[in-house]
Amino acid sequence: MPVLECKGLTKRFGRTTALDEAAITVEPGRIVGLLGPNGSGKTTLIKLANGLLTPDGGYIAVCGAAPGKESHSLVSYLPERTAIPVWMSAKQLMDFYGDFYQDFRRDTAEEMLARLNIRPGQTVKQMSKGTREKVQLIMVMSRAAKLYLLDEPIGGVDPATRDYILSTIIGNYNPEAAVVISTHLIADVEKVLDEVVFINQGRVVLQSTVDDIREEKGMSVDALFREVFKC
Amino acid sequence: MQWQFSNDAPIYTQLIHQVKVGIVTGAFPPGERLPSVRDMATEAGVNPNTMQRALAELERDGLVYSQRTAGRFVTEDNTMINTAKRSLAERHVKTFLEAMLRLGFHRDEIIDLIQQELGEEETDHASA
Repeated sequence: MPVLECKGLTKRFGRTTALDEAAITVEPGRIVGLLGPNGSGKTTLIKLANGLLTPDGGYIAVCGAAPGKESHSLVSYLPERTAIPVWMSAKQLMDFYGDFYQDFRRDTAEEMLARLNIRPGQTVKQMSKGTREKVQLIMVMSRAAKLYLLDEPIGGVDPATRDYILSTIIGNYNPEAAVVISTHLIADVEKVLDEVVFINQGRVVLQSTVDDIREEKGMSVDALFREVFKC
Repeated sequence: MQWQFSNDAPIYTQLIHQVKVGIVTGAFPPGERLPSVRDMATEAGVNPNTMQRALAELERDGLVYSQRTAGRFVTEDNTMINTAKRSLAERHVKTFLEAMLRLGFHRDEIIDLIQQELGEEETDHASA
């Protein structure tokens, strides 16, 4: 069963159609890049998948069921903006995640925080922007979820932090779970991805594997993206 | 291991090539156990499925082999490693020749240039 499936998925905001009959299938064990320019519908799709938005038409399912209360235990979501409470310490943050999510692997989180030399007593407020991003990703990846939805996880951080984030995603790879990463920084993520979905003006224009694109077109996904989305 | 990728070829073929180079140069010595797929993928910064695919292909070629529970190992067959070394070398020579011909050099000029370069290297070594 696909971890995420949508067909004819449509979402409108007033007169704007943010998502127009989108069709995507994400199988377990896949790391999929949701790639598109700003305003193409990436975040809308992610928010529909985790139940923060409801569709105006079409079908969307997470592990076979419509997103809702039940799917919250299957989906681990990293929002576009840092959303962890800044007054909390690293320890309080782990307590918080542990309270909310039964699948939170505290040992994993503690180990990853220790490797970054983050003390349990350190508050989020005392952390740099890059560290906050890392800590939030650690919380999200420490859950034993079926679907990880990462909205722009590498936007606005330095290259070293980017590498850390990507290697954390690879290091937590689970063949039974899928990861969806939305980004426009394609060159950085392309090696980490199995598949890419190109999305433009709410429409899915391409779903393919990275190596199929490289093999058939003789160019990187980044180069193809620049060609497809040329302004 | 230093992993480097170009933009014009599939990642799994580049991984195959680089693991081969690792085996030939002894970064992955004969008979030695390879790290887990996940560890190798993390180190190379690539997708674990892509690494798996590359290793499976190397296994089909016989350069690595699996032992059911113990993991993947580099072959102990030196003939096979030498064949791989030879074919990697031939590829380098071919690429070099193509580039030289494109620059307009002829066979004899190329050989002269190589000999000259090799001679210089020898004097470098002698004086060092």
